[in-house]
Amino acid sequence: MTVFATLLDILSWLLLSVGGLFVFVGGIGALRMPDLYTRMHAASVTDSIAPILIIAGIMLQAGLTLASIKLVAILLFLLLTGPTASNALASAALLAGYRPGNAKPLDEEARQ
Amino acid sequence: MIVVFGVFLLTLLLITAFAIVRTPNLFVAVMLTGIFSLLLASNFFLLDAADVALTEAAVGAGISTVLFLGALALTAERETAPSSNRLIALLAVSVMVVAIIYATFDKPRFADPDAPVHRHVAPWYLEKTPDAIDIPNVVTAVLGSFRGYDTLGEVFVVYTAGIGVLFLLGKSTARRQEDLDDAPRGLRHYLIPRVVGRMLIPFILLFGLYVQFHGDYGPGGGFQAGALIAASIILYALLEGENRALRVLPRGLLTGLIAGGALLYGAVGVAGMLLGGKFLDYSLLADNPVSGQHVGILLIEAGVGITVTGVLLSIFHAFAARGRF
Amino acid sequence: MYYAVTFALIVTMALALARALLGPTVYDRVLAVNMLGTKTVLLLAVITFLFGRPDFLDLALAYSLINFIGVLAVLEFFRGRARDEHPGDGGDR
Repeated sequence: MTVFATLLDILSWLLLSVGGLFVFVGGIGALRMPDLYTRMHAASVTDSIAPILIIAGIMLQAGLTLASIKLVAILLFLLLTGPTASNALASAALLAGYRPGNAKPLDEEARQ
Repeated sequence: MIVVFGVFLLTLLLITAFAIVRTPNLFVAVMLTGIFSLLLASNFFLLDAADVALTEAAVGAGISTVLFLGALALTAERETAPSSNRLIALLAVSVMVVAIIYATFDKPRFADPDAPVHRHVAPWYLEKTPDAIDIPNVVTAVLGSFRGYDTLGEVFVVYTAGIGVLFLLGKSTARRQEDLDDAPRGLRHYLIPRVVGRMLIPFILLFGLYVQFHGDYGPGGGFQAGALIAASIILYALLEGENRALRVLPRGLLTGLIAGGALLYGAVGVAGMLLGGKFLDYSLLADNPVSGQHVGILLIEAGVGITVTGVLLSIFHAFAARGRF
Repeated sequence: MYYAVTFALIVTMALALARALLGPTVYDRVLAVNMLGTKTVLLLAVITFLFGRPDFLDLALAYSLINFIGVLAVLEFFRGRARDEHPGDGGDR
């Protein structure tokens, strides 16, 4: 019994650590990437793989309770709204005149 | 370790506040205000104040950002140059800051159980709640029953704010031609956000109702639920256009909600009086006092939720009617 | 066990804040706010288990729904502003 619990603990610790690593990498990418679209790409790492790993890690600790169902719901909503927000942001930026790879916008007025 | 996290978040809060004050671009200030509210909600959560954190997250980071953007659509984007005589203001603020920091030297230590604030009414509430009210969430018990009169005042403050905004902005009569037709406006060229957003709206509404009625057992209550339900209708208005959202909940109904919630709260109080007790005495509303308390708290939280929903939606529509939404 | 993840999340929130303060264009700032929002949801979920109080998960759930609305409001703001600067375009800009 305790071997199983220890195994679960180690697996959950591993998932949480790798998830935290991905969050950190995505954060550094969002800061250091040269262009708006590459930054969006880096930030989307923190929105997609990192919640999966972190919430899976937490769910292993929570077991089969109501909290796990709520965690599944949180994961579902994050995975549903994260890519949609990125899509909406990229569409808006493209329509405003920012082209990928080109650091300057075509429409100078949209520049802040 | 929690203290380290708390201090780190507070430092980020300080940096954000400084940036909000110093930036001349108002749109950046609105975005940073959203970040400020998020960091503050995280801080409240670290301090174990879940109800406050939920209210701050729902109202501050969601609805406030939308309302600020609505206001920003009506004005210019750069702040006008500040007046030159700020030395007196700077001096007054410095004196106040030094005085407040000096006053904190006499405070008790953080979370000290012998501090006066923890020995006065807090142990009494913690002791009496299981006997008199019998709900697990002591915050709702204090808010709804022991300090119900304060919450009545808060509902009327929200009501007054709503009425005030409606007086100031009201119904705009000079509407543009394209507002009069029923074609879908809003983010209609963005197909994916529209589809996903429309899928989310019933879940946000359902979650708002869950938070409303779950306030007895966990973090929740009327204020948070009102903000969440208003957020779902605002999402619909952003996706499909404001006039379609007005067909869902027309202005007359919203005004009815604003007044109706406060009326419900007051009616519960008067019902207590009519049944022979004092104002806002819930013990007489059912067979035994504990069930009476449950019924009373349920009704007043419903009143709070209704008023908050009506006020937030009215304010949103007041801005959106005049602006470019 | 949860301390490492919490630390990584808070450091990433600081990095996102830096992007919000630096970002030359306005879309960088919107990206940073969205990133901060999702990190806050994860932070709330992790700290709930750090404290051992699973009934606080409602906050994370509420916030994951609200975060989306903020980003869409910003985009609606830009679409409205672009439409007003180029009237008659029907919002295609």
